[in-house]
Amino acid sequence: MNTTSRGRALRAIALTLAVGATLGGCASTGGGNPRDPFEKFNRAMFSFNDTVDQVALKPAATAYKKVLPGFVQTGVSNFFGNLSDLWTGANNLMQGKGGDGMSDLTRVALNSTFGILGLLDIASEAGLPKHNEDFGQTLGAWGVASGPYLMLPLLGPSTVRDTLALPLDIKADPWAYKEPVNWRNVGIAVRAVDQRAAVLDASNLMEEAALDRYEFIRDGFLQRRESRIQDGGGLRKLKGASRDDGPADAKSIKAAYADDPGPSAVPAVETIVTPAASSEAAPK
Amino acid sequence: MKSIKQLIAAATMALSASAAFAAPAPASEAPDALVKRISAEVIDTAKSDKDIQAGNQQKIIDLVDSKILPYVDFQRMTALAAGRFWRDATPDQQKQLAEQFRTLLVFTYSGALSQIKNETVEFKPMRADPADTEVEVRSQVNVQRGEPIQLNYRLSKTPAGWKIFDINVLGAWLVETYKGNFAAEISKTGVDGLIKKLAERNKQLANKPLKTTAAK
Repeated sequence: MNTTSRGRALRAIALTLAVGATLGGCASTGGGNPRDPFEKFNRAMFSFNDTVDQVALKPAATAYKKVLPGFVQTGVSNFFGNLSDLWTGANNLMQGKGGDGMSDLTRVALNSTFGILGLLDIASEAGLPKHNEDFGQTLGAWGVASGPYLMLPLLGPSTVRDTLALPLDIKADPWAYKEPVNWRNVGIAVRAVDQRAAVLDASNLMEEAALDRYEFIRDGFLQRRESRIQDGGGLRKLKGASRDDGPADAKSIKAAYADDPGPSAVPAVETIVTPAASSEAAPK
Repeated sequence: MKSIKQLIAAATMALSASAAFAAPAPASEAPDALVKRISAEVIDTAKSDKDIQAGNQQKIIDLVDSKILPYVDFQRMTALAAGRFWRDATPDQQKQLAEQFRTLLVFTYSGALSQIKNETVEFKPMRADPADTEVEVRSQVNVQRGEPIQLNYRLSKTPAGWKIFDINVLGAWLVETYKGNFAAEISKTGVDGLIKKLAERNKQLANKPLKTTAAK
């Protein structure tokens, strides 16, 4: 049992290195996004993932969502969510967020017992919100830069840092030790379908909103990832603003936008030049 | 094509109506109070209206037009998303680009609205100086399962009151996310190419039922 899990981790590391080596070979120096030097590889992987999704995962998730009663779906996602809370809690503790970490561990204790093995998320109702942490975020919180964007086969958008952190995340997944193996595999498949079903509406929306879905997902993902490491603080830390829990102040908002023409004057009625626009236009 | 024209006409009417009637009142309304009020009104309507729950596109677009559009600075949002290309565009191109972008966002937003069911919105305390002309209002949508969805707004002070110019969903800012798409399209086919692409997408969306999952 121990050897199989070690084998898994080793294989994951080997895969990571192999991917890294492949990427090293095809890093282009073209005019693309500086955070995405492997765009060519990533796009190929994206279209592979997309094909798998369109052919298998999305239809399965759509059927899952349509056929199973709501409480069953909620039970499934609560069950696997409860298992992941353990590692989330550990990562919060590793990031020095003691309060959040203890809250996560309390969640696991409550939901595993009174929540019938995690099928019910009573902790959320009791005011302990669910968090989402992984080792990549912990590395980020420690100051490790994300490195280039990386599209992983089947697993989707990631970065070099998060890919290196992935073997540990896989190792820390309690379900990966579930015996017998065929139960484990069924569980992994059900979890994947459930997670896909949870973002079905969002992904349909995304297909409509994006002009180039690859870029849209990449730019959204990188921001979201950064925001998760700052835990919702957005660009604050990047822009060197103070690190409190409050929203960005006017100065850091300004700093987040290049080429800002300022608020547009309201058409019709009277065209008043806005204070911001006039102060910019006025010679200093 | 017809429905896009209707949509734009409706949007224009809603905008001008708001400029005529609503302009004096909201100037004194605080930005967080404004966002709170709009989202409460929109969610209440979306939850109680059977047509909206069923995905009636026109009904939803009407709701967006009347409750949300008056408080959004689309021109600035578009300018920010276009970045350095905005200044090189002619006033006519700027106008068309803002119009098409607005239509696209209205369609997407309408799709999201039809999915509101038991969600509740929770606002976080706003920390801003009274003299600030740009502020960030932060909220989260509490959903039935999974972690809450982060939803933040950036507003700037204009003579007609506070206007939203950027929205953050799940940690990603709308302007920043569209910036890459816009830049790539403009460098390939120019501003006119981008306008054309947006118009095509809007045309597709206008002829498509909102609830894509329910339709199939």
